[in-house]
Amino acid sequence: MAVSHLECAECKAEYPLEALYVCERCFGPLGVAYDHGSSEHDVGELRRRIQGGPQNIWRYADFLPLTGGPPGPSGRLASRAGLPAGCTPLIRADRLARQLGLREVWVKNDTANPTHSFKDRVVSVAVARARELGFDVIACASTGNLANSVAAHGAALGMDSYVFIPADLEEQKVLATGVYGTRLVAVQGSYDDVNRLCTELSAERDWAFVNVNLRPYYAEGSKTLAFEIAEQLGWELPDRCVVPVASGSLFTKIAKGFQEWRELGLLRDELPRMNGAQAEGCSPVASAFAAGHEVCRPVKPNTIAKSLAIGNPADGPYALDLARRTGGSVDAVDDEEIRAGIALLARTTGIFTETAGGVTTAVLAKLAARGDIDPDERVVLVITGDGLKTLDAVRDTFQTHTIAPTVESFQAGVPEAVSV
Amino acid sequence: MGVVVKIPTQLRAVADGEAEAEVEGATVKEVLDGLFLRFDELRARISDEDGSLRRFVNVYLAGEDIRFLEGLQTPVADGAELTILPAVAGG
Repeated sequence: MAVSHLECAECKAEYPLEALYVCERCFGPLGVAYDHGSSEHDVGELRRRIQGGPQNIWRYADFLPLTGGPPGPSGRLASRAGLPAGCTPLIRADRLARQLGLREVWVKNDTANPTHSFKDRVVSVAVARARELGFDVIACASTGNLANSVAAHGAALGMDSYVFIPADLEEQKVLATGVYGTRLVAVQGSYDDVNRLCTELSAERDWAFVNVNLRPYYAEGSKTLAFEIAEQLGWELPDRCVVPVASGSLFTKIAKGFQEWRELGLLRDELPRMNGAQAEGCSPVASAFAAGHEVCRPVKPNTIAKSLAIGNPADGPYALDLARRTGGSVDAVDDEEIRAGIALLARTTGIFTETAGGVTTAVLAKLAARGDIDPDERVVLVITGDGLKTLDAVRDTFQTHTIAPTVESFQAGVPEAVSV
Repeated sequence: MGVVVKIPTQLRAVADGEAEAEVEGATVKEVLDGLFLRFDELRARISDEDGSLRRFVNVYLAGEDIRFLEGLQTPVADGAELTILPAVAGG
């Protein structure tokens, strides 16, 4: 399978594989199209080829938009190609399932990436394509996780980078970006202001803005989450996926990954029900879903889940269509539920997620409580970022027992553990 | 003096290569209609048949999305700046 061309999602106009992201005819978004070939695929051979690949996203290079193949030799423990992402654990979460009255829940722990979020997948692909296209400078508009990743990948590959963030971002995300030596630009405004500025700048500068002019390639990186989930489940699909929604790109591209492998015969099951998760303080997609609308009305975000605080989601219409087409939904939870979601995941699985993962876990709990999930379903919860990125969300949510260094003080001051 | 409209690169091929144009008009709609009079092909690129903006087009008045103002009916003052941009970036 080889990458073929760019294609408008709306009017199907075709474009060459360059740094383009908008259809000139109708302004629709461009996506990547592949030539699957007409002959029957040998599924066994395809699977062996994938399984023989490196322990990172480049094992899926045949399904990614690079014309020159993987960017260099790399594996789990050694790499000559920067910071390869992916091959993160899929963890069976029986105690979480039991608490929610479900039978089978798996957590896709994408905090286990080089900069601790799924963004390393999309940045790896975008930067590899940027290098193929001859760019020297990478850039992005970010709510935080992307900032970490672009700055790190720039440093790893010796490329200059410009990272644009809203000025009110969490301190942890600012520190974990600036340390890499990027040109960090804090914009006095919301993420949507940052995004508008970067859209304007992308026309003025010869830079690879990974999520603007390189967006078609960047978005394809999210498919690797789908490929891994399917491969880790033994070439089967789950019945349902719960995924956070900001722009809607991750949500829709996970489904695209499943669908492409179904078309190749690598997977036989039906597409899973796709459930999107948003924070109430920024829920343009969930609101449109509830109201039965086909497009999203932009909002001004106000939520602790800053990595999901996109008020004007680019892939909103496609996220709505996907949720409806698969019998899923897009739901929203408030800041208290987000904090409870972080705690629930941490205490039942040992995985500490940032606020976005709190949103996703809380939406799973909401779906379970509402009776939307058949107890026999196999559910995958996609956890996209590490809790160390948003420490304020858990401050003062537990008690620390401070004692003198004596046995007496310990016995007097610390209650016996109670198992959850 | 009129309103300055900034034209995105993707539309400059149908706007005589111009990056901006000065157009008269008291509302966003009047300004856009004036722009379409000058560059006829622009209309179909960013407008639907019923005259509303296509769903992947963002229009900003002095940096603010017009959907947070009064949409196409938003009043514009002489000397204001209107920016047309693709909506498919980011995330």
